[in-house]
Amino acid sequence: MNLTLFIPEITMVVTAAIVILLDLFIERKRWLAQVSIAGLVIAGGVAIAMWGGSYPAIFNNMLAVDSFALFFKLLFMGIAFLVILASTDYVSKFFRFQGEYYALVLLATLGMMLMAATTNLIAIYIALELTSISLYALVGFLKDRKSTEASLKYLLLGAIASAVLLYGMALVFGFTGKTQLAEIAQVIQSLPPMTLLASPGLLLGVVLLVAGFGFKIAAVPFQMWVPDVYEGAPTPITAYLSVASKAAGFALILRVFFSAFGMPVWLSLHWGYIFAALAVISMTIGNIIAIPQTNIKRMLGYSSIAQAGYLMVGLAAMGLASGGSILGQSGVLFFLASYAFTNMGAFIAIIAISNKLDSDLIAEYSGMGKRAPLLALALTLCLISLIGMPPAAGFMAKFYIFSAAVNHGLLWLVIIAVINSVISAYYYLRVVKVMWLGEAASSEKVPSSGALRLALFLCCLGVLLLGIIPGSVMKLAQLAAYIFAY
Amino acid sequence: MGSGYLTAILFLPAAGAVLIAFVLTSRERLLRWTAAIFTFVPFALSVILFALFDRSPGAAGVIQFEEKALWIAPINAHYHLGVDGLSLPLMVLTAFLGFLAVLISWKIHLRVREYFAWLLLLETSILGVFLSLDLLLFFIMWEIEVIPMYFLINIWGAGRKEYSAIKYVVYTLFGSAFMLAGILSLYFTTGSLSMLDIGQKGLALVQSIMPAAPIFWLLLIGFAVKLPAFPFHTWLPDAHTDAPTAVSVMLAGVLIKMGGYGMIRLCVTMFPPVAQQYAIILVILAIIGVLYGAAVTMRQTDFKRLIAYSSISHMGYVLLGIFALGKVSMVGAALQMFSHGLVTGLLFAMVGLVMHNTHERDLRKLGGLARQVPVITVVFSVAGLASLGLPSTSGFAAEFLVFVGSFSSSLVPGIQVFTILGVLGVVVTAGYILWMLQRVFYGPPLEQYNGTADADTLEKVYMFAFIAVIMLVGIYPAILTDIIKLGISPVVGLLGG
Repeated sequence: MNLTLFIPEITMVVTAAIVILLDLFIERKRWLAQVSIAGLVIAGGVAIAMWGGSYPAIFNNMLAVDSFALFFKLLFMGIAFLVILASTDYVSKFFRFQGEYYALVLLATLGMMLMAATTNLIAIYIALELTSISLYALVGFLKDRKSTEASLKYLLLGAIASAVLLYGMALVFGFTGKTQLAEIAQVIQSLPPMTLLASPGLLLGVVLLVAGFGFKIAAVPFQMWVPDVYEGAPTPITAYLSVASKAAGFALILRVFFSAFGMPVWLSLHWGYIFAALAVISMTIGNIIAIPQTNIKRMLGYSSIAQAGYLMVGLAAMGLASGGSILGQSGVLFFLASYAFTNMGAFIAIIAISNKLDSDLIAEYSGMGKRAPLLALALTLCLISLIGMPPAAGFMAKFYIFSAAVNHGLLWLVIIAVINSVISAYYYLRVVKVMWLGEAASSEKVPSSGALRLALFLCCLGVLLLGIIPGSVMKLAQLAAYIFAY
Repeated sequence: MGSGYLTAILFLPAAGAVLIAFVLTSRERLLRWTAAIFTFVPFALSVILFALFDRSPGAAGVIQFEEKALWIAPINAHYHLGVDGLSLPLMVLTAFLGFLAVLISWKIHLRVREYFAWLLLLETSILGVFLSLDLLLFFIMWEIEVIPMYFLINIWGAGRKEYSAIKYVVYTLFGSAFMLAGILSLYFTTGSLSMLDIGQKGLALVQSIMPAAPIFWLLLIGFAVKLPAFPFHTWLPDAHTDAPTAVSVMLAGVLIKMGGYGMIRLCVTMFPPVAQQYAIILVILAIIGVLYGAAVTMRQTDFKRLIAYSSISHMGYVLLGIFALGKVSMVGAALQMFSHGLVTGLLFAMVGLVMHNTHERDLRKLGGLARQVPVITVVFSVAGLASLGLPSTSGFAAEFLVFVGSFSSSLVPGIQVFTILGVLGVVVTAGYILWMLQRVFYGPPLEQYNGTADADTLEKVYMFAFIAVIMLVGIYPAILTDIIKLGISPVVGLLGG
């Protein structure tokens, strides 16, 4: 038992506690953000130092400390860093509970870090709940009508999803008698296929797990909560939900489905095709419903459903590869990294603009190109990246993930996905058009704080770097995905 | 190894765009001159390369001025540039029109900074398509072009510009979506993104894994939308008509040539037997395009729309020349791309000038301008005659080669019939061009156009630059055909023709 391997997580807990306590004593609340960031930087530094090593699992094999977990830990901490930078203006509007806000963000991040590392069904459930409960509270933080409604809706639907997930876990446990992913895999592989097929219990368990995780990643038909929650939540939390929470869901899916159900081949083909089907309906429904939206946060909500669809193309490729290659897995990881920069960037620009406008209506963005040229340019870049056009990260991500799918005989799925990208161009470009072609309602400039500008700059830099020279991040994604190779 | 010439040509306009967008103060004169310099230098460099290009027969199929560096290791993508006989003329044409487009835009006063930034970025992306030898780089350049076009039509256009802009974007993205699927299939089957590798040994590899015909068609749809081939042509009249003048020049001049270039470079070179198998379908589409395009052109009453529709007909000849699959016909198609770029570029510039000076674009209201604007009339007439293929203009040389080459091609059954049908298009073309000239310039002068300004010095400069090149290629086509042959003959060799 080696606690040094647990230092990033411990740092997060300690930082969260310090932030809450500090909130009681200090007047200058700005420090809370700075302390949170300091904690993240320390934890991130330790995680970076651990990159490349090979370590044993800790806590009785509950938590793996592998490159896959480290990749996601760094991703989540990076996202939390950006969220906190982007929150400083927003949070200063609250009279109370600023400390709790930052602490909850840190705790949700901790939960996600654990989600990426756990290899045991029970630990997975606990990590998931830690994240979810923190997020329920954060969504309702504004305490106005919409925010409260969003929080309640998220809580109720989230609880149902958790129940479904737990039921699925129970079925898997009942069938195999194990909670450890690797042991589940052993039991499944040792049984003759006829036994497995004779009773549908295991397949039902797998399907229920897909449903439970599907809620987390906002895949159709488990997406009901998305538009209202995205619209009602504080905007930095919407950004956080859309990026980190989705990434955590995918981390879980990758690990559980590969480690426990990756073999035998017929099983992985089964869930591969389930994800292919989910990908098709998520992309199509997300994109089509996004078209008539008038609120930009709702629009990005539906867009995030569509993006989950593109990501599931990678999962389908992983299922069909049956462990033969790691292209699908590393494609998902690279897509998540580029999606994190892109969507964070878009939401940070929206935070700055809505601070001034007090509105999220797309029509109100009219003439933003004149009022805030740099913000508008950054938002344009991020939207272009969401369409999946070069030279932005979104293009490379799609190229990479779709090439994995073509490699495993999913050309038909790729054609559906690229046509969906064309549909999506229509609504993303509508925002661009309003910003650059519309008449400005007033000539007032849109102010933004230094922290927010820094966060936005980092996002845009990431979008361009991953779009133009993606080689090194692709390499990282491949290294992280190597644990999923037989 | 390359000496960086191509990189300089490719990225100087983009560098100018960045400079204009982010660095310079917003004095219009400064912005205009910067744009002019950052497009003139690449043009001058491209002329130098044109002169240095090795024309000896031994250089057939050889890529010259090649530059190659590893770009994205995990997916084996390279930064790979180079020109051969096929791409060199198109590169020179793009650089030439890119420079002239800046001159044509000299009188733009709306949001000058953004305008020139987008225009220069557009030039880089088009150049990139012609210079790239790596499929990923090629596709990125192909896609980047959409964004500047969207803004240029949307902000500086006229008429139903918002509709036209989004229509253009959706059509282009629709085509490139299929193309991306095709490129991914090529990448999967060959494990390579290098156009040269795939061109040489690709087909056998591809066919060992999946049938080649679907990939051929996926790629072809992308190019057919851009060319545009019937039935994917409906974006063209809208986009050309509503775009600002200089953008119409770029669009008609070089942008749609990306389609024809892609067909030769990817579809025919990589899948010769598949191309031969389906050539007849494409030849039929080409002839429909020629005749239908010409017939619709005849009926236009909007000055600019008329020129726009004529492009559909002229691009039909390109498609015919390519899929007749003969050596001469393909050389003719490539020459037709170059010639049409010049001629239609000039026509759009002249239409823009007439519209700017008379504030009228309805052919029924224009008339008798020959007295008021003699210089414009002469230049317009020359451009019109080049468009209908009068001997001694580039249009004649190109169409002649296309028809002779197609007629004598042995690879496509029944090609003679289709060629004869295609020749009928020339007659209709003569009809609408002469009728248009008559309606606009000849006949009794109209009083309301008294005092209309004729071309000023700057406009004369670019008009005569256009005409000089059109006549040069018309009188001595070998200056281009000798080079184009070097690019085409290896392709034809693959076909066994």
